[in-house]
Amino acid sequence: MVLDCQHVWDQISNYIEGEVPEELRAAIDEHLAHCRHCAAVLDSTRNILYLIADDRTFELPAGYSARLHARLQQEIAAG
Amino acid sequence: MTAEAQVVADGAASRDAGLIARVLTGERELFHELIRPYEKSVYLAAYAILQNQQDAEDAAQEAVLKALKNLGNFRAESKFSTWLISIAINEARARLRHARVLKFELVDQPAKDDDDTFVPALIRDWREVPSQALERKELRELLQSAIAGLPEIYREVLLLRDVEEMNIADTSAALGVSEGVVKTRLLRARLMLQKVLAPQLGSKRSKGGLFGLFRSKAGGSWF
Repeated sequence: MVLDCQHVWDQISNYIEGEVPEELRAAIDEHLAHCRHCAAVLDSTRNILYLIADDRTFELPAGYSARLHARLQQEIAAG
Repeated sequence: MTAEAQVVADGAASRDAGLIARVLTGERELFHELIRPYEKSVYLAAYAILQNQQDAEDAAQEAVLKALKNLGNFRAESKFSTWLISIAINEARARLRHARVLKFELVDQPAKDDDDTFVPALIRDWREVPSQALERKELRELLQSAIAGLPEIYREVLLLRDVEEMNIADTSAALGVSEGVVKTRLLRARLMLQKVLAPQLGSKRSKGGLFGLFRSKAGGSWF
């Protein structure tokens, strides 16, 4: 199986998820070994996903949890 | 799911089931404990749609109150966390529709999934931006604004799957779309983000600006 770059980009998300069949994964790996551009796209996408999953990227507003539970307590107390 | 993740998920499910049963039989105070592990996810789900901290917090509070009120309707075939997050999504969507009506705007049709061929950013190289860079407010803002710039249907799926790290099945259940649709939108969302962010991260580093401290040890060229 020989893939062009577009095929690799179409599968990049499933590839990151580990959800491509064995034969296709091998073909993608083969392509990545020879295509610097696709390898860079894969690395950059993975790296961006790693950064956005970090807890520091989206922090809760200060006091959010306290306000939420205070409001909830009012509701619980009201029955 | 790995075996270890499965054990964690099973543990959460049985913890939740125990707490739900007790809340429903009168120990309502335990609802605080029930929602505590999910309160950030509830906020982020609302934020993905509303894109405003105050509106997202209001929607998150309302979603939690609705979950308490309707807890008796929760059916254990879905996860409690997924059910709670789907309430937050519905609450946020309702508020967004209301806000649009108030602004006398036509209610937008949601962006359609398109099948156009997508081309990622053309970059020659990529060097790792280490996670300690997130200590810098500029990087956090760059990531947030890139996500904010995605159309709503892509932003929702990316926030739940890639920021909150929900699995595909739960993301699909929370959003009320098929797993296939989640995967298609996820591909588009990730490539859009790559296209926006990779050149920005690269160019900032190449100028020795924001990421100047991450220069290659070998002193090689950047982009």
